[in-house]
Amino acid sequence: MFQFIASHYNYWIVIFLMMAGFYIVVSRGNLVKKIVGLNIFQVSVFLLYISIGKVAGGTAPILTGKPELFSNPLPHVLILTAIVVGVATTALGLALVVRIREVYGSIEEADIQAANEAMEQEDVKAAQ
Amino acid sequence: MLLTFLAVTVIAIIRARHLFAVVMLTGVFSLLSAALLVQLDAVDVAFTEAAVGAGISTVLMLGTLTLTARRERVPDRIPVAPVLIVTITGAALVYGTLDMPNFGDPTAPAHHHIVPEYIEGSEKDIDVPNIVTSILASYRGFDTLGEVAVVFTAGVGVLLLLSGGGMAGSRRGGEMDESIAKTPQADSVEPPGKGGATKGKEDGA
Repeated sequence: MFQFIASHYNYWIVIFLMMAGFYIVVSRGNLVKKIVGLNIFQVSVFLLYISIGKVAGGTAPILTGKPELFSNPLPHVLILTAIVVGVATTALGLALVVRIREVYGSIEEADIQAANEAMEQEDVKAAQ
Repeated sequence: MLLTFLAVTVIAIIRARHLFAVVMLTGVFSLLSAALLVQLDAVDVAFTEAAVGAGISTVLMLGTLTLTARRERVPDRIPVAPVLIVTITGAALVYGTLDMPNFGDPTAPAHHHIVPEYIEGSEKDIDVPNIVTSILASYRGFDTLGEVAVVFTAGVGVLLLLSGGGMAGSRRGGEMDESIAKTPQADSVEPPGKGGATKGKEDGA
């Protein structure tokens, strides 16, 4: 039983981090904080992949000429790509936040929704 | 141990209300995860995470903060629905891990499909000692090509959004446009000498 917990501890902490990021995204109204939450979610997925790739007693997958046991290099490659894509999406998200702030004057979800409703009502009045 | 540090940092991020503190804690989180990646033998990934996650992301977020707000508004009540959703999803995921192979198990199926061929071939076919490099640039080179396309698309998107190409009419036009020119994300469309540095780093990463 104890061995089972020790051998799955990594996955469970990763899931905790993932859910913490998810919680920030769904429960906070501030757009910058939502993007921070997305980032945390992302990093926890990276850690999950790398955890799967770890081989006990293995070393970093670099050939030294001696026969050695390597950790799985394939997840490393996939995550290397994912990190760069992640920063690209972060940059895009933050640019959207800046643009939203420019138009609405706020980065709180509640304010933006209120402004949208006010605009809709104005439109209805104008139509009448 | 490092995993526990990560968990503590995340709780601090959830609780912090000052956005500057949140961004700094995110940098701490990235750096801790980079240390953890070294522990897990993923040195290349750790290197990238430390440079990109702890470096560029933090700079981008600070740039955004200078253009927007510093503080987060405190919600009037503890949201019940999100806690519920997150708990249920987390429980489902934990249930999913029960079938997973033990951490570090060398007989796990993930290590036996195509990876042995990559490790063998790295020396014979490509002659690059770093196996990660040989997979990234050669065996799975198209992945990297796709990644470049994604980064390019994101760069174009950021430029279009920040150059004020104006799909939606800006209500507070002039005053805001000037502050955009000062953002580190602005690029060659803006007047020269004010941006470009951060952008270049991102494309190089």
